[in-house]
Formats: sequence, C-alpha cells, structure tokens
Amino acid sequence: MSVLLIAEHNNKEVKSFTLNAITAASQIDQDLHVLLIGHNADDVAKSLSEVPLVKKVLHMDNEIYENYIAENYTSAILKHADKYSHIVCSANTFGKNLMPRIAALLDISQVSDIIKVIAPDTFLRPIYAGNAFATVKSNDDKKCITIRPTSFEAAETTGGSAEIEKVDAADKTENTKFVNREEIKSDRPELGTARIVISGGRGLQSGENFKLITDVADKLNAAIGASRAAVDAGYITNEHQVGQTGKVVVPDLYIAVGISGAIQHLAGMKESKVIVAINKDGEAPIFSVADYGLEADLFEALPQFLEELNKLNTIQK
Amino acid sequence: MKILVAVKRVIDYNVQIRVKEDGSGVVTDNVKMSTNPPDDNAIEEAVKIKEAGKASEIIAVTVGEEKAQETVRKALAVGADRGIHIKVDSVLEPLAVSKILKKIVEKENPDLVFMGKQAIDDDCNQTGQMLAALLNWPQATFASKIEVKENSLEVTREVDEGLETIEVNTPAIVTCDLRLNEPRYASLPNIMKAKKKPIEQINASDLGVDTNPRIEHIKIEEPPKRKAGIKVASVEELVQKLKNEAKVI
Repeated sequence: MSVLLIAEHNNKEVKSFTLNAITAASQIDQDLHVLLIGHNADDVAKSLSEVPLVKKVLHMDNEIYENYIAENYTSAILKHADKYSHIVCSANTFGKNLMPRIAALLDISQVSDIIKVIAPDTFLRPIYAGNAFATVKSNDDKKCITIRPTSFEAAETTGGSAEIEKVDAADKTENTKFVNREEIKSDRPELGTARIVISGGRGLQSGENFKLITDVADKLNAAIGASRAAVDAGYITNEHQVGQTGKVVVPDLYIAVGISGAIQHLAGMKESKVIVAINKDGEAPIFSVADYGLEADLFEALPQFLEELNKLNTIQK
Repeated sequence: MKILVAVKRVIDYNVQIRVKEDGSGVVTDNVKMSTNPPDDNAIEEAVKIKEAGKASEIIAVTVGEEKAQETVRKALAVGADRGIHIKVDSVLEPLAVSKILKKIVEKENPDLVFMGKQAIDDDCNQTGQMLAALLNWPQATFASKIEVKENSLEVTREVDEGLETIEVNTPAIVTCDLRLNEPRYASLPNIMKAKKKPIEQINASDLGVDTNPRIEHIKIEEPPKRKAGIKVASVEELVQKLKNEAKVI
C-alpha cells in the first residue's frame, strides 16, 4: 500500500489544508507520496520535502499548470495512479472539484470528506450536514478519498528530507481556460485555520454594521465568518460563509452574533471548542450548541464586548 | 441549445433528521421531502437562459424511486419542457448516478448539463464532476454566475479564496451554487400546465449500467452531543468566563 496525496498550492506556498490532509493520509499508510503539479514551484517542492511525514515528492512542472484546472490536474494524476492504493486530497473547493473527476475515470466510488481514518478501507464521514456520522467501508481495489482538513491536525513542516523526483507533464485540455481569480486579500487570519472566529448573521441588518464584528475581530486577531443569510443579503462576500455549503471551521473560540443557528450553519461550526452565541432571541437554536449564551441586542452587546476586552491586561493572540 | 438539468429528491432542508436506532440509516418515513436546494438553482438558471432566447429546450431528469417524479414535476412547473425519470429501487452512489446520466446525455445530446453542486443528504459533491469525466467534457463547479457565449460559457466559481472565473467550451457540465440566482416559485397555472408535460420513465436496469454499491455503510450514528452550555447575564460575565474559565482569550 502507498498513498498519493495531491498538494494544493499557489506556486509559492503549500496551502495549509494540504498539511492537515497529510496527517490523515499518513494514518492510512506511512508510505506517503505527494504529487505537486505547478509551474515554477520549486519552493513548494522543497517545503513539501521537509514535511517529516512525506516520503517522496513527485514534482510536475509545466507552464500549463500555472493555474489549477481540474481537467489538467486529472490527466496528470492518472499518469501515476496505478502505483498507489489510495489517492487523496483535502475536501475544500480544490479537492471537491478535483477528486470525483479522477475517481470516475478510475471507476472508483469516492469517499468524500472523511473526518476519521478507522482502517485503510474504513472511514468516518458526516452526512446530512453533520447530523449523522456514517462509518463506511470502500470495497474498491483502489480508494479515492477527500479529507476534511479541520478534523486533522496540521503536519509538522520541518525536519524531513524527502526525495524530490521530477516527473513529466501530461496532456493539456483545450476546453477549459482560466480567466481570472479575485482573491480577497486580508491581513486577518484565514477563516479555515484561525484560532478565533467571529461570525455575523442577518441580525447585523446591513453590511455597514459588520464594522461592529470587524472591530472585535481586530481586537482578538480573529477571522470573520458569516451565515448564509448574511452573505445572500449582500452584507459580506461569499468566502466568509460558514456552513454546510460554505466553510467548515473548528476554532478554539467561535462567536456567533445575530445568527439564529439554522442546521446548515451549525454544520459548519458546531465542532468548535468553545462556542459563544449573542442573540436577542432567547429561543434561537444557536443557543443549543453554545457553551456561553448571551441573550442581548447585539448593537449594545458588541460595543460593550469590545470595551470589556480593552480592559483586559492581556489577550491571547 | 438544449439544457439537461439533473435534480434529486432529498429530505427537506428544514427537517431535523433522526438517526434510526439500529444504525442502518436515517428515518425517512413520513418526513417532508423536496428538491435538493442547489438543484432548484440549476433549474432556475436553465429557465433564465431559455427566457433570454439562448436555449430551445430544457429537460429535467432525476434518478430515484417512484416518488422522485415529484421533483421532475416541480421542475416542469417552473419551466422545464419535459422530464425523464430513471427508476431505481435503492439509493445509488454518485458514480452509478453519473453512469446513468451519461447514458441519458448520449441519448438526448444536450449542449449543457446543469445540476446542484452537492446533495444535502449524502453531502458527497461528486456527481457533476464524475459525469464530466465520463463524458470527457469540461466542468465548471460551484457556479455563482454563468454567461452564455457563442460556443462557450464564462463561469464564475465560488472557491475558498474568493471568486474564480473560467471559460469552458460547450458541451459542458455546470454545478450550481446557491448564490447563482433566486429560484422562483411555480404559479398555480404553471403547476396545472406541468401536469400535462410528458415525463418519460426508464428503468435503470434497462440502461446496462453497473450500479452495484462499492461502499458499505457499516453504521450510521448520531454525532456526539455537545454538553449543555450556560446563559450569561452580561457582557462582563461573558468576558470573565472566556478569560478565566474557558481560557480562550
């Protein structure tokens, strides 16, 4: 058995979720190889080779891989698939887009979004927005798996010295062209990996009022999340959405403000270590998952919260 | 241009699901069912493209048990022209569904196939990408904006970092995000009209496709419950608890 993990990166750095996926992959089998498909990404290859859990890095460099296109990645991965018992990657928009394409061409029934490795062929995965957990066993000879990154610790990034093997590029698709990417640049921690997340919902009533959230986020060095209702209402952009169809977050502290707590939102945050809910509706379902609930008008509570935080001598960052 | 839209019947998104005590699955008897939410967006987008004069026909297709027809009927009521119901007796894996849909695509020759980005029951997020692979068509997943061009689509995709735009040549598969559009409600006259629109029924077993499960569901269980929390009386108390009890700030 050996595992091939597909790295997500931007040709400069490995994306952090790949490090979480490496931890899960190494639990399937220790013979873990990482396939890096990119262009001018030698730094990424080097940093992957320094991850102690990685036994080998396959580096495919070609200008056709300047931008990630699932079709091009798929033909690249299929060139190496027959040598591995498992092909895995992170279950974020990168891996969700990619893995089914590979699985279908290998005639494998994919196991999506695993949260635990029980055995090399048996995994735990959430279904119904995390309201049930399924233990599933794959009977395919080879397995295609995506890994929920927030369910696994990030792998150590230093101390390893895996071999880097250059491998040839594969065919390029003519039918899909990358046009552009609007990346929202932010100095804040990333939502998916932040230690503290503060999220706003429809209770905020407007995009301008999100400033109340931002002010607290600045103080706590927190990432900013949102419910689907807040995103749909245009208060904030989509990459902040937490939930079944948005991002899944597992911070040490999750503060839900003006969020009622629909099943779909809870799916994205209820594994957080400590949950705070601030809502004026005492019956809101969010209180059922909150460790600390404050029944209050957020427009009064948030400025007070900031004031109280300012009084503290030290705040963990 | 012809658009095929795949829809799935799932437990309604508002239902708090219950896990069966024997660990064999979730309770579906007497539970409200409806169309998988992003599949509604897929139908809506197809109808909008047709209304803009860029599509000539919309076919709604579902793979499911007898009652799955309701989902097709609903699609017909909001603007699909005809329906196809592939009858199956058991729940199929996305790989099997995509093999069935491939057969339908080969029969109907659509220029575009739309469907929701993920079903909210099994949360697999696979079928569209698998169908694209089996057909060797380009895929545009998690679409929040679609612009129809001459022989291509420009699709804006919702990705972790923000938004990404790609151009795919047709024929192509698009999986739709919830923010693609605002699905309309069917009007009563249109619901009546939809009853007269044809739905072709096909038995999955007649399509010559291997639909045998590859994945065994060993156990379905409830997730661990969070222990009950407390209500705090003031912001001051909240901050003190976070600092001194939870020790997270």
